[in-house]
Amino acid sequence: MIRDIENETMPREDLRALQLQRLQAIVERVYHLVPFYRRRLDEAGVKPEDIRTLDDLKRLPFTTKQDIRDNYPFGLFAAPMDQIVRLHASSGTTGKPTPVAYTQRDLDTWAELMARTIACAGAHRGDIVHIGYGYGLFTGGLGFHYGAERLGAAVIPVSGGQTRRQVMLIQDFCPTVLCCTPSFALYLAEVAQEMGVNFKDTKLRVGIFGAEPWSEAMRQEIENRLALDALDIYGLSEIIGPGVAVECIEAKKGLHLFEDHFLPEIINPQTLEPVAPGETGELVITPLTKEAFPLLRYRTRDVTSLDYAPCTCGRTIARMQRIRGRSDDMLIIRGVNVFPSQIESVLVETPGVAPHYQLIVDREGQLDTLEVLVEVDEGMFSDEVKKMEALAKNIQRQIKDYFTVSVKVKLVEPRTIPRSEGKAQRVIDKRKI
Amino acid sequence: MKVEQISVFLENKAGRLAEVTRVLGEGGINIRALSLADTTDFGILRLIVDQYDKARELLKQKGFTVGKTEVVAVEVPDRPGGLGLVLQILAQAGINVEYMYAFVQHSGMNAVIIFRFDNLDDAITILQKEGIHIYKGEEVYRL
Repeated sequence: MIRDIENETMPREDLRALQLQRLQAIVERVYHLVPFYRRRLDEAGVKPEDIRTLDDLKRLPFTTKQDIRDNYPFGLFAAPMDQIVRLHASSGTTGKPTPVAYTQRDLDTWAELMARTIACAGAHRGDIVHIGYGYGLFTGGLGFHYGAERLGAAVIPVSGGQTRRQVMLIQDFCPTVLCCTPSFALYLAEVAQEMGVNFKDTKLRVGIFGAEPWSEAMRQEIENRLALDALDIYGLSEIIGPGVAVECIEAKKGLHLFEDHFLPEIINPQTLEPVAPGETGELVITPLTKEAFPLLRYRTRDVTSLDYAPCTCGRTIARMQRIRGRSDDMLIIRGVNVFPSQIESVLVETPGVAPHYQLIVDREGQLDTLEVLVEVDEGMFSDEVKKMEALAKNIQRQIKDYFTVSVKVKLVEPRTIPRSEGKAQRVIDKRKI
Repeated sequence: MKVEQISVFLENKAGRLAEVTRVLGEGGINIRALSLADTTDFGILRLIVDQYDKARELLKQKGFTVGKTEVVAVEVPDRPGGLGLVLQILAQAGINVEYMYAFVQHSGMNAVIIFRFDNLDDAITILQKEGIHIYKGEEVYRL
């Protein structure tokens, strides 16, 4: 279902005109309100009035996560605190979090975009939405919360954790829409199985899963085990939170990026030049309507590609491919680029293998080593050593065929790999370089 | 004529085997026979217990990967050449032994050997035809 016909199905030409007008306004805003951007624009020799076409976007400086850190905590805010009504922060894996801010208008925009997102998944007034994303500084929980309420759906604000209790609520409160990370969705399936609960007996119809990269193979696994349609959502707190892009229930073919609010580009992360249309590279986003925390050309580090062809669902906004990895946590193993999500696809496509894995990267002498830990579940377990060894060898060969990199496969007991109740830690890099 | 065997996947890590025996011990389950096949990275523990369903349930609850295999318990005379006779019969019939291990206890004057064959039914038929005694499941759990 399309919530905002005007903005989601606008002719491309009209959309570009709207984007230009908004880009001009946002450059004007940061130039006058954020000293950091005034300095950067002056250094680049660009004045707001120089932005005459969308092509002039290329003249604007990039913003990186490091730039946000350098201005910790509030240096990049473009609104005074008496205009700001909410703060969030991304979970800093190292050191300080990255704070972001919203004015009341920003919150309205965000709620509206999340309402569009949830509608895009086929949900509507009358649906019951189970929100298993964390509430708090993380944008996931509250982002979904306000969007679902805006849509008129009933919200169960469960937040993360307490998995057995979540299974109970899914049984008893009969939600129809599930929102959580894809790894948590699979964890729910596991715990439900232990509790003797079959997802086929629940009312869940559709799931909106994001906040970490996942694969098409994992979609199959989730859809089979949870008996629902699994859709991918994309967003990041620096841009707004969830609500940047989402798949439609009709096609499940790429994530519709709400281009009236976010101007996307794909660049080569090495040269910083735009890639050819349709090619894969790093996603760069300029939010076009943010008041409190506007950014110019924010480098997301997420690797994807864009397709501007209209979708069968009727939307004309660009579709991004599901995230293929991170341009910064891409692993380079003996010169070969390896994204954890690609290893995951290989695993799930290997018959009998469950998608619970962890990659351990190390260096012996001058040589990188990659060890893949795979959990053994009942479906793949045999009491004969030769069969278990053949299974490990088979996984090893599949990965070698795909990446031309030799890996060591180690079979481990279930639950050896930490099950985050949020994001799964898939890679441990022990290399000291 | 078949015996239910529990198999458990174990990582080569200190304390894992102890954990299995602890879980079974606390559950009041008696281990009748066991064997451990080990490789560099993992081991496969095979067990015959007196209460199969309860043992399986307890281990699964503790998060172990548990499998079920059917095996055959064969009575072998406890004297030189006793096992050789049984193996010869199997070899002549072209039946492959996947693995085997001895039972903890004797049955009268005889030893009890647990066998896993690629073709269980053929093996049972042939051994019985040659007059070799094969135990029923209930007999084995109670031995």
